Amino acid sequence: MAFKRSPQTFSASINEVVIGTGEKAVTLGGANTFPLYTFDGEAKNKVAIGVEITDAGVDMTIPGMAEYYAGCETIGQFAKKASEMPGADFVVLTLEGADPNGENKPVEDCVAIAKEVADSIDCPLAVVGCKNIEKDTQLFEKIAEALTGKNVLFVSAREEDYKGIVAAAIMAYKQKVSAESAVDINLAKQLNVLISQMGIQPENYVMNVGSAAAGYGYEYVASTLDRVRAAALEQNDAMLQMPIITPVASEAWAVKEAVVSEEDFPEWGPREERGIEMEVSTAASVIAGGADAVILRHPKSVDTISRLVAALM
Amino acid sequence: MALKGIDIFKLTPKTNCKECGNPTCMAFAMKVAQGAVSIEQCPHMSDEAKAQLSEATAPPMKSVKVGAGDCEHSLGGETVLFRHDKTFVSRNLFAVNVCEGCVDGMLPEIAKVDYERIGERMYVEALNLKYTDKESYLGLIGKTKGQGRLLILDVKDADAAKAALDLCKDEKPILNGATPENYTEMVGIAKDAGVVLGVSAPDLDSLYDTVAAIEGLGYKELILDVTGGSIKEAYANAIQVRRAALKNQDRTFGYPSIVNVAKVAPNDVAMQTALASMFVIKYGSIIIMDSMTYAQALPLYGLRQNIYTDPQKPMKVEPGIYPLNGADENSVCVTTVDFALTYFVVSGELERSGVPCNFLISDAGGYSVLTAWAAGKFSAGTISKFIKEYDIENKIKNRTLIIPGKAAVLKGELQEKLPGWTIVVAPNDATGLVKFMKDFK
Repeated sequence: MAFKRSPQTFSASINEVVIGTGEKAVTLGGANTFPLYTFDGEAKNKVAIGVEITDAGVDMTIPGMAEYYAGCETIGQFAKKASEMPGADFVVLTLEGADPNGENKPVEDCVAIAKEVADSIDCPLAVVGCKNIEKDTQLFEKIAEALTGKNVLFVSAREEDYKGIVAAAIMAYKQKVSAESAVDINLAKQLNVLISQMGIQPENYVMNVGSAAAGYGYEYVASTLDRVRAAALEQNDAMLQMPIITPVASEAWAVKEAVVSEEDFPEWGPREERGIEMEVSTAASVIAGGADAVILRHPKSVDTISRLVAALM
Repeated sequence: MALKGIDIFKLTPKTNCKECGNPTCMAFAMKVAQGAVSIEQCPHMSDEAKAQLSEATAPPMKSVKVGAGDCEHSLGGETVLFRHDKTFVSRNLFAVNVCEGCVDGMLPEIAKVDYERIGERMYVEALNLKYTDKESYLGLIGKTKGQGRLLILDVKDADAAKAALDLCKDEKPILNGATPENYTEMVGIAKDAGVVLGVSAPDLDSLYDTVAAIEGLGYKELILDVTGGSIKEAYANAIQVRRAALKNQDRTFGYPSIVNVAKVAPNDVAMQTALASMFVIKYGSIIIMDSMTYAQALPLYGLRQNIYTDPQKPMKVEPGIYPLNGADENSVCVTTVDFALTYFVVSGELERSGVPCNFLISDAGGYSVLTAWAAGKFSAGTISKFIKEYDIENKIKNRTLIIPGKAAVLKGELQEKLPGWTIVVAPNDATGLVKFMKDFK
């Protein structure tokens, strides 16, 4: 008696959202199986990898980053180098310095940085805000205007600021938006519904259902991803069929394991290795949960995760 | 297939004798169908009926015990594919490869990673012993037994397996050696030694047939090596085997699994970490790697701890004084609840601030700040009680206590209950802590 296979196939599928333009445009989503269950059905688009830089470049205190980005001085040079990283599908510009509680860079400066980045790369661009509600709305509006025609993804619009961001980025300038909610399937759905009620078609937005590094309450992320994907495919819930983008690097490189020095924790070994392993472990976990795109920083992580995705396709 | 209560009822004596503790035979049958009680509770059912039923009502995935003494672990026994449906019960084990040539260098490396996180010991639970030839294999057993780690004998040569088990069967190792070619002999050896037998095959169909044949020989202490020949196969096999058992109730695949990520990603540390992470989430019972450095262990063990928590029971840290950044008795005090996630996020931010502080954790039932406050488990009363019980005033000279922004309402009452203390309210969100602590200093 042979093994009887029972593939789980669904008539529902994840929406497809295109970011960028031309040959290097990237399509996110499209799956109609559980995450990379290629034994159930053909995988459609590969999990895309975004390489993150900030408005200040990258963390050059990490040897592997300093080596990879050696010689980069302008933000445009950093962006170009990021776009050339083996395994990279798109570039992510995080405007950390715009935060009013931090450096508080003026909006015009950020627009100029975004423009220089966009002009230096030929792959799609995602712009991540500074998480300040008022500032992000202003930033995204001005950048969306300045980068008209580039089909940029803005990360993220939240319950507090989605109206302004969606109106500016999607409605006025035909860009894409990621809707962010806090690790809860109901909140994710609610925000998607609110955005759809503004008359936005599903091909214009993706979602970030929350993120956490491995060991830091990751069980909530795991279960949210599992439940969202199950609702999208098994129950054909159109308000949860948006592709999922998960910022991994900002979580992984911020936890103690990736932050403390080898001097303070000699038995833990070099900080760089700890950061890479944390980044790789978290990225692989969210991919197993159904993320359609991940945001990473380190060249070694990008290399590893891109090969993992290729091997599973 | 699972039986309905009515099918079970037909096999009961239908006398309503109540000896099983249930009011009627029907009530008993319904409970058996739900898996709440065992049919053994009925003293009057015929042996034939019991045999028929125990087969049908057995859990979809067998739970096997491996190792002995302190190294004993339960594997399998899972009932759901996704943790939110109930909970995962048997956390996976991590094993590291050792061979005759590398064992002397590897054992001290493996021993380095041994620490505690939220009440759980994190270490390499198992060693996978790679086979080269019989003589050196027996030497390898000699060096690895009695090390406080479960042994996995990765050997397909029956003669060597027998000799190896003679040396270490008391430790109840796993004999991962059965294949479609040698299973008859291997079953005999595993049976004699009383150890769990690992089964592997070139593909899922032959694995299925081999398991069925081994069950036909009367041996069910099994674990399935689902590794296959590539990353893609390993992922596909692990998922399909578990899904067949739990979703489709196909008991032939209702056993725990071994995934050897070292085999499908040789000499690739980061890829092994990535794969191990996926198999923690999706269905590896034992995950075999080439190494377990601290850099790998920190995310992997943290991830495992997260995935295997019971969704109904929050993770808690031990109440107590946690000095951070080299704090001493003159350093400021900071307090929050014992919910593990809160503890890790807050302590991480405090550490990033670099400001020495005494982090005071009281028993708040494992809830987050607002929930604990609403439930009366994090109040001026509980905090002041904690400060007295832990003799904080004699242990720490500093008299400033920083409380969570979300519990700002406690400030007035705390001030009354803790005369001599200055109560300071922190920001609402942990992300504001670094700046707050630096400014505060």
